[in-house]
Amino acid sequence: MPFHLCQFSRWLLICLLCLVNAPLHAALDIEIFGGGTARIPIAILPFSEEGRLPQSVTSVISADLQRSGLFRLVDPAGRALYEPKEIDYVDWTNRGASALVIGQTVLLPNGQAEISFRLMDVAKQVQLTRLATTVPVTQLRAAAHRIADIIYEALTGDVGVFSTRIAYVLKQGNKYALQVADADGFNAQSVIEFVEPIISPVWSPDGGELAYVSFENKKPVVYIQTLATGTRRVVASFKGSNSAPAWSPDGKKLAVVLTMQGSSQIFLINVDGSGVQRLSRSSGIDTEPGFSPDGRSIIFTSDRGGSPQIYRMAIAGTASGVAERLTYEGNYNVSPDFSRDGKYFTFIHRNNNRFNVAIQDIATGQMQLLTNSQVDESPSFAPNNKMILYATEIRGRGILSAVTSDGQTRQQLSSQEGDIREPAWGPLQGVR
Amino acid sequence: MKKVFSILLIIMLSACASQTTQPETDVEDRSIGAGGAGAEGSALGSGGANFHPLQDPNNILSKRSVYYDYDSYTVKNEYRGLVLSHAQYLRDNSNAGVLLQGNTDERGSREYNLALGQRRADSVKNMMLLSGARDNQIESVSLGEEKPRSAGQGESSWAQNRRTDIIYRGE
Repeated sequence: MPFHLCQFSRWLLICLLCLVNAPLHAALDIEIFGGGTARIPIAILPFSEEGRLPQSVTSVISADLQRSGLFRLVDPAGRALYEPKEIDYVDWTNRGASALVIGQTVLLPNGQAEISFRLMDVAKQVQLTRLATTVPVTQLRAAAHRIADIIYEALTGDVGVFSTRIAYVLKQGNKYALQVADADGFNAQSVIEFVEPIISPVWSPDGGELAYVSFENKKPVVYIQTLATGTRRVVASFKGSNSAPAWSPDGKKLAVVLTMQGSSQIFLINVDGSGVQRLSRSSGIDTEPGFSPDGRSIIFTSDRGGSPQIYRMAIAGTASGVAERLTYEGNYNVSPDFSRDGKYFTFIHRNNNRFNVAIQDIATGQMQLLTNSQVDESPSFAPNNKMILYATEIRGRGILSAVTSDGQTRQQLSSQEGDIREPAWGPLQGVR
Repeated sequence: MKKVFSILLIIMLSACASQTTQPETDVEDRSIGAGGAGAEGSALGSGGANFHPLQDPNNILSKRSVYYDYDSYTVKNEYRGLVLSHAQYLRDNSNAGVLLQGNTDERGSREYNLALGQRRADSVKNMMLLSGARDNQIESVSLGEEKPRSAGQGESSWAQNRRTDIIYRGE
């Protein structure tokens, strides 16, 4: 087959695949393995008229809260009540619920739905919070995630991340799709699809763009794609390999790994591809950069000490500072990601022949293993630092998984088909 | 509907794959090429009557892969002849250029493996530069663990995936 025809058929293929990507939208199942000790017992009652809606709201809220590892669902036992005055608090105390969620829905003729809910404190017999909103019926899951965030925040005092999004690469056969999904794995949509590999997607701080590495041109090249428009542009396509993009917190620059001056080294580049500036200077491999939340330092993987370990380096003007080694346990520590409060980093630690998710306290240097699977990769902090998303290999395919930062609760978000890799948890910005 | 697309997909991809992996050699040509034994005398000469030296199966230049030991990027002795032959070809043909694609097995971080694959491609590049090829004729890149030659697991598959491929411009 002549080359140009072959190229054409690839493009044709991409077009065809866009028409038949329905299986990609298959929902991800949730499995909970273990548990924390002090979960909040909460009863979530079906909202009024919920059966008339095309999508249940309370089932989404329940799954969200359960997945966080901080809640225990109390069986509503067929109770139907929608107003505070109908609540028998003694009954719910006896059932062991300390919090109660009730609500009402109205399906409007214009394709919209009214949803109102109340969160009640069973012991104090008071309303903690409420929300009334009207949304298109296509946005019922989003509304449910928002309610779950409100409940989570009211009962834990922490920021909820159920309304955030995640990105990952899905491989099916010899096709690669960069996908964006809700934090629970639903509503997966392909950002781009290729017959060549895609790796290392990262979110812009405002959640509007993804940077990633594509191999469509016989070598790794860094692209930025705008989610709203689907337009994309080359950011780094220098001689040699271009990879490992990381967004600066102000959104203006990327750290990237280039080989144009020899070995794999970290450079800064403006998001429009201008102003390349070398950041790391070693004779070995420096890769997988990630910015600290204040933008003043980067964390990265380097083999300058003989084995891949995690280092931190200040970004001081043009002259790069001295890198400080952070990991000492074992001879293979890679893929670091800063927590959004800058106090921890998560990474992959090789433990005998296993590759597991670990977390390290930067101040104390204390490391803790969070998983015991065979092969995990690409850990990524949730924007509230309470959970870590990663890919784990089960029977030869990658499965999305999440673990709480204390290692107490782990769960799988498994797709029906395909091999998921390179997950990245998106920011809080741009979702509310 | 989906099945039709799948079949289309397979046909198109296999067409593309065969185009990249087997540069225009069919069985009949091969027998003629084997008869033209004159080409064998000089591996780097103009090749057999019907072959470009880069495609002549009897010419070492048609060999395009360098394989590595686990966790190593050293070009083993058995591949020195191959790399040096390509270097000499580049030296003698200043219009020719190569893309060196380093590859790794699947164990470990994808980005770190990309850097390791780069080191393998660079090891071939450095050997070529020392042997007279020019810097502007060579681009060394890495595909990391993303393009395995063997999809299986275990050492026999991994050994095939730890390699550098030599691809000439225009191929």
